[in-house]
Amino acid sequence: MIKSIQSARPHVTRNEDLIFELSAPGKRGAELAPLDVPALSAGEALGPELARGEIEGFPEVSELEVIRHFTRLSTWNYGVDTGLYPLGSCTMKYNPRVNEVAARLEGLATLHPYAPAELAQGCLRVLHETARCLAEITGMDAVSLQPAAGAQGELTGILIIRAYLQERGQPREFVLVPDSAHGTNPASVAISGYKVRNLKSNARGCVDLSELEHAMTEDVAGLMLTNPNTLGVFESEIRKIADLVHAKGGLLYMDGANMNALVGVAQPASFGVDVMHLNLHKTFTTPHGGGGPGSGPVAVRKFLDPYLPSPVVARDSDGRYFLNANRPKSIGRVRAFCGNFGMAVRALAYILANGAEGLKQTTEDAVLNANYIRARLKDLYELPYDAPSLHECVFSDSRQAAKGVRTGDIAKRLVDYGFHPYTTSFPLIVPGAMMIEPTESASKAELDAFIEAMRAIAAEAEEDPELVRQAPHTTRVTRLDGTAAARKPVLRWRP
Amino acid sequence: MRYLPLSPGERAAMLRAIGRQSIQELFEPIPESLRLSGPLKLPGPMSEPEILEFFRRAAEESSPDYVSFLGAGAYSHYRPVAVDSLLSRGEFFTAYTPYQAEIAQGTLQAMFEFQTLMAQLTGMDVANASLYDGSTAATEAVLMGLRILGGRRVLVARSVHPEYRQVLRTYLQHQDVETVEIPFSASGQLDLDKLEKELKAGPACLLVQSPNFVGALEPTSKISGLVQGAEGLVIVAVAEPLSLAVVQPPTEADIVCGEAQSFGVAVAYGGPYVGFLAAKAQYVRQVPGRLVGETRDTEGRRGYVLTLATREQHIRREKATSNICTNQSLCALAATIYLALLGKRGLKALAEQNLAKAHYAAQELAAVPGVSAAFTAPFFNEFSIRAPRKVDRLLAALGDEKIIGGLKLERFYPELKDHVLIAVTETARRMDLDRMVRTYRRVLAADPPPARQSAKATPSGEPVAR
Repeated sequence: MIKSIQSARPHVTRNEDLIFELSAPGKRGAELAPLDVPALSAGEALGPELARGEIEGFPEVSELEVIRHFTRLSTWNYGVDTGLYPLGSCTMKYNPRVNEVAARLEGLATLHPYAPAELAQGCLRVLHETARCLAEITGMDAVSLQPAAGAQGELTGILIIRAYLQERGQPREFVLVPDSAHGTNPASVAISGYKVRNLKSNARGCVDLSELEHAMTEDVAGLMLTNPNTLGVFESEIRKIADLVHAKGGLLYMDGANMNALVGVAQPASFGVDVMHLNLHKTFTTPHGGGGPGSGPVAVRKFLDPYLPSPVVARDSDGRYFLNANRPKSIGRVRAFCGNFGMAVRALAYILANGAEGLKQTTEDAVLNANYIRARLKDLYELPYDAPSLHECVFSDSRQAAKGVRTGDIAKRLVDYGFHPYTTSFPLIVPGAMMIEPTESASKAELDAFIEAMRAIAAEAEEDPELVRQAPHTTRVTRLDGTAAARKPVLRWRP
Repeated sequence: MRYLPLSPGERAAMLRAIGRQSIQELFEPIPESLRLSGPLKLPGPMSEPEILEFFRRAAEESSPDYVSFLGAGAYSHYRPVAVDSLLSRGEFFTAYTPYQAEIAQGTLQAMFEFQTLMAQLTGMDVANASLYDGSTAATEAVLMGLRILGGRRVLVARSVHPEYRQVLRTYLQHQDVETVEIPFSASGQLDLDKLEKELKAGPACLLVQSPNFVGALEPTSKISGLVQGAEGLVIVAVAEPLSLAVVQPPTEADIVCGEAQSFGVAVAYGGPYVGFLAAKAQYVRQVPGRLVGETRDTEGRRGYVLTLATREQHIRREKATSNICTNQSLCALAATIYLALLGKRGLKALAEQNLAKAHYAAQELAAVPGVSAAFTAPFFNEFSIRAPRKVDRLLAALGDEKIIGGLKLERFYPELKDHVLIAVTETARRMDLDRMVRTYRRVLAADPPPARQSAKATPSGEPVAR
């Protein structure tokens, strides 16, 4: 008995091995239905040269072990369901449960993408209706749901701009990207065959009109702009920006990552935007899933419609839906089949649940929550840009840095207080950035608790900086050595 | 609105706390002329039962009662209920990309397991944490291959999934890269003579798929030898990864990529799916997308982090290996759970059921007068048949029986008139296969083909390609 106490370790729920290490020969977690045709082995069907022996190292575990393994792993995660998840620019909002049920309905979850259109009217209607709603929300004229995520939407949008300019004789050479932009923007530009020309932000963190005027030459295809920008600040000169770009024959691309500040309040089409993408996994509540799947629909004004990825969902004169691939000017296909259809189902369910009024209220709450946090933390944390912000606010760690406490430390300490951290070190124009986006999915009680935690950490940074620098103290693992992981990468289990 | 946790009183109190009179004040940074004056024209609001009613109607109009023999890159396999049960845990599906490793060990460890499973299955050293789907995985693999090779030439098998090739074309269209198509031979496999001829023109990156789009398994070992002998680089795409449980993996290839939808991810009218990319160890710094690596915490405990981020867009911006950010994590988790459930023996037994059913169907169909196997190459769970001048009538007759009989290959290959691509997985019941065969017999007997034609189309006759 004493021996067993001596060998006691923390319970397995905090110490789960890899699935491969749980394996023992002869176990399995699924049974097949009996075979109702003559059996055929791999050797017989394919010959000894082509047939494979056993897959070395593959796990052998029972169903219960699989359930426990992944249930335990899940408990080491923090999700929106767990609590406030104020990751700036990521829009971690509630993922309604009915969305998940709708997407799993027999028919929607089981139809094959090559089923003839007459057997796929329901799926096509969902795609068509989702596109129509997104067009209305953005004020744009046409929408493609093919892009699989935001970054692919960006690529699609820039390819559309290129195809349009090419047809007018000259694709041009550069795309302007503000220094506050997401990293995907310049990366997407590079694949489109353009060079990135960086645009320096002004003292307010916004587009500097004189810089833009200078940079927007006739070899520039357009400007990629996030609006509200990554500081959460609305580019109030947006009409002038659009005019400057258009005057030189360029087009305006809007990164819709921050659309949660605008839905129901303003339509990007009225800003002079020519093409934009949305993130269904941000604004439209499709779950982030620990890093996807997402969906990055692209919305364009009418003159760019012919260039959208092929095929598009269309309706014939009898009201029947079909996939129209007869699109000679299209940039081509960016993903197989019809894009992430299941994400369209979820986004449409969200739009239907809200209606126009609900969506507007959602936007208002998201902006109110962010401003509430901003107002109640600005005495303790430095606000490097004090322009009014909408759905998120960006502080810097400059006051705490004096004590050696950086944004990453404060973020880790938040974990001890029961919150997911904010976004650290982004946007790049703010050294030591702390980017906070509470979204509308936070109750006042939770916001107050978060604010209290942030205020307590500010005090700790003064009085006991080491406590913050060593955080988190309450998690299953303490800080992990990222440098070691990259120096000698171990990317798989080996027996 | 039921999703919003603020009460009207709390909203008012919060506005007071920040010194504002009304919510409109907070939107003043948006010039008034740019603000909407009225409500959007949208359906809703709807209660939960209304939403479900709306989607149930759409589901009913999506032929839930049909039996389908469509494959072509999206395969219908049974999904054990444990998969959705575990995916539905909020800690998994409502979490973000695991940047904050200490509170994301669940996702990170599962992704590490996914990477291991994909490496084991493909016979490669390393695999990434997923890409969007098979088409973009193949495209990213080609871009990666070109970076490794420092080359400008891509050879693409015509038998690669046509939509994968379309996506590749979209991504390469502004990349100063020469693309050469390599046809397939009468066997359905890559035309090796044409390949050798093209390799003489200089090192190139080859993209080949196995099983390929018409169902043929490629001799990937021989192909790799030819290409690497000419200092080229070989990418093998796999659209039906279940095949790897019974077919020798393409261990000689440099990169193996593809679609893992077959592993527990619903067919769902085309997505979301899950792309994968695996490679030899020496190429790891050119891999696109996320990678999870093992490390230790400050007390020496094993843990996992996202690693080698200097390849990625948030660090390298326009010099990144890819623009990908969000990938398909939850679908990769589904695949991990699925493969853990099936396990070493279960997956092999499942793959052998697919082999058996597909070969049964192929034999029965080829025995119908007027039908022949289109290609001679070995196949896994998908094959092509040829039924001269009768394909439309056959598919229509099957449609009357609520059977989607397969894909007309002519849609993508004008030279493959009269060809149908048929996928038969473990979900196909023998009674439905027999029903399909009976329909073939009935349609072809009612209208027997001309004598000349029927002689050519007997099972013992020469298979006809293209």
